[in-house]
Amino acid sequence: MYKFFLNNFYFFKLNILEVPWRMVIFICIILLAFIPLIANDYILRIFTFACLFAIYAASWDILGGYMGQLNMGHAAFFGVGAYITALCNVNLGLIPFISVLLGSLFAVATGLIVCLPALRLRGFYLALVTLAFPIVLNGVVMIFPNLTGGEMGISGLSRFADTPIDNFYLLFTIMLISVFTMWKFTDVQSRFIRTGVIMRAIREDEITARTSGINTTLYKVFAFAMSAFFAGLSGAIYAHMIRVAGPSSLSLTLSFNPIVWSIFGGISTIYGPVIGVFIIYPLIELLRLHAIGEQIRILIQALILIIVLLFMPMGLTTWIRDNIEVTCLRCKAINIFIKKSCRICGANLHLEKQEVRYHRTIS
Amino acid sequence: MSLIILLVVNWLATAGCYTLLATGFSLLFGVARVANFAHTALYMLTGFLIYTFTSILGYGLILSVLLAISSVIIVAISYYILVLNRIKEQPLAVMMVTFALALLIQDILLYIFHASLRGIEPFVQGYLEISGVRVSYQHIFTIIVSGVILFGLIALLAKTKLGKAIRAVAQDTEMATVMGINVGHILLITTSISAMLAGIAAAVILPLFSIEPYMWLNPLTIIIGAVVLGGLGSIKGSIFGALILSFAEVLVVTFIPEGGFLRGVASMLAMVAVLIFKPEGLFGVIFEEERL
Repeated sequence: MYKFFLNNFYFFKLNILEVPWRMVIFICIILLAFIPLIANDYILRIFTFACLFAIYAASWDILGGYMGQLNMGHAAFFGVGAYITALCNVNLGLIPFISVLLGSLFAVATGLIVCLPALRLRGFYLALVTLAFPIVLNGVVMIFPNLTGGEMGISGLSRFADTPIDNFYLLFTIMLISVFTMWKFTDVQSRFIRTGVIMRAIREDEITARTSGINTTLYKVFAFAMSAFFAGLSGAIYAHMIRVAGPSSLSLTLSFNPIVWSIFGGISTIYGPVIGVFIIYPLIELLRLHAIGEQIRILIQALILIIVLLFMPMGLTTWIRDNIEVTCLRCKAINIFIKKSCRICGANLHLEKQEVRYHRTIS
Repeated sequence: MSLIILLVVNWLATAGCYTLLATGFSLLFGVARVANFAHTALYMLTGFLIYTFTSILGYGLILSVLLAISSVIIVAISYYILVLNRIKEQPLAVMMVTFALALLIQDILLYIFHASLRGIEPFVQGYLEISGVRVSYQHIFTIIVSGVILFGLIALLAKTKLGKAIRAVAQDTEMATVMGINVGHILLITTSISAMLAGIAAAVILPLFSIEPYMWLNPLTIIIGAVVLGGLGSIKGSIFGALILSFAEVLVVTFIPEGGFLRGVASMLAMVAVLIFKPEGLFGVIFEEERL
């Protein structure tokens, strides 16, 4: 355990703007920060919730993408976060900061409980077991209507911030910090935090990882705890935002949404699900404004999912990244596709295309 | 006494429905390794098609049931060919696509019929009185038909050449190909048998209940529980699993005041317990590569 911390928590190293894809993300963040200048309250609210669900989707990606543990019941963590924070805030009268923290810690406890069967299973069986947890929790909520409010849920939570703009910037900051933390913990090329490489190794071949001296159980528990923490965090903040914690926060749709966003954005790339949320969620919410759109929005989401799975099986961001980035053949550095020679070693980037042209002139 | 008769009749009727659904799910999973979350959506779709043909278009009951079942088979085959066949190798993609299809069917039905309760007319009217309990003929009809269909399915798998081919594909796809079995055709036939079972279940059980566009979710949790309880991919196991879980459901709904909410919970708890303590299920085939 001591060695685990020594290996992984050394310090963060910033290298953001070296490659084109990170530049794109940087520009997106800057643009997003200026949204309150142009948007009205409704649009602002949509983007605030998009920030929230971005944390949620990215937390699914740690488990589902990096660890390869197909979690079909992610709403269990979300719902536990929402319910615990509501109980602490309404019944005990704690301030939002502490109740949110408590909610996420209880979600971590749930994650450790889900771990117990999940460590022994994988693939389809794991998906079924995790699918069961939100349904069981929903039943528990329904059995104790005095404590949890039954169908109606617990209402009357205190506000997070007073104005919509405050809310947006608060959540935007929380989103940036959480997503950056998650991305850093799962970054394969990171030099000081090794969890990313180890997680990928476990996903690709667990037995080989174990034979090379990795304590796979410890890392799986760690991934479950981290994923549950951020999912619980988003659930707790969600309860404070809509000021109700109800059974809808344990619904099956909420378990499947992060998977849809992750698959759309690009699985096992933390930023992929975030971008997926920022594209799909506002689109679906804006459809609510129309009478017909309200009824067909799940249909449109399902169609988007099927089309993406058929034509871009690795997701949108991976597809775009493959098209705008070129890896230098000599030094393996990443370049933008319009460059002719590598930015570090100066080697020719588009070697294969030139060869083709050469053959064509000869024939 | 009357309570026991009531319980047994309810149990057998519910079990008839769940065994038909669970065997369909289990068959498709065992042969094609496709976890079809849209299975109960097909069941719901059949109910709505029968409603449309009888109440709106005014066809006869037998004709509309046949039409509904055949159109559901066409739906299943077309989504198998168009979508599932290309992504069969990725389990996550299969689960997500079938779930998306279920949501799609739900939303289309919601758009056309709205979220109101409707009923379809039963095959047989009237009731029988056994020591003070009214047992409708539809209940008895449901029990008999599902029993006959199940025996037919088992006979098909055990005795005929087609059944032999299906079992061969389920055991080892590559060897089946080498032995000259057309695996693609077998998978299509299995898909249509599975869809047909869902359709028959809907036709016989739904007259006892009402139909609404959200009704696919609850049976789905129960048949998944039943299939895992009996062992994934084993027909006998899923029949016994469905019998046990439907008995649990009838008990829960009858004796616990808020029991309607707990239907899914009982089956899910049974499933988690089975997966932890006896992962191969009651009669199961253990898939070595899916366990650690």
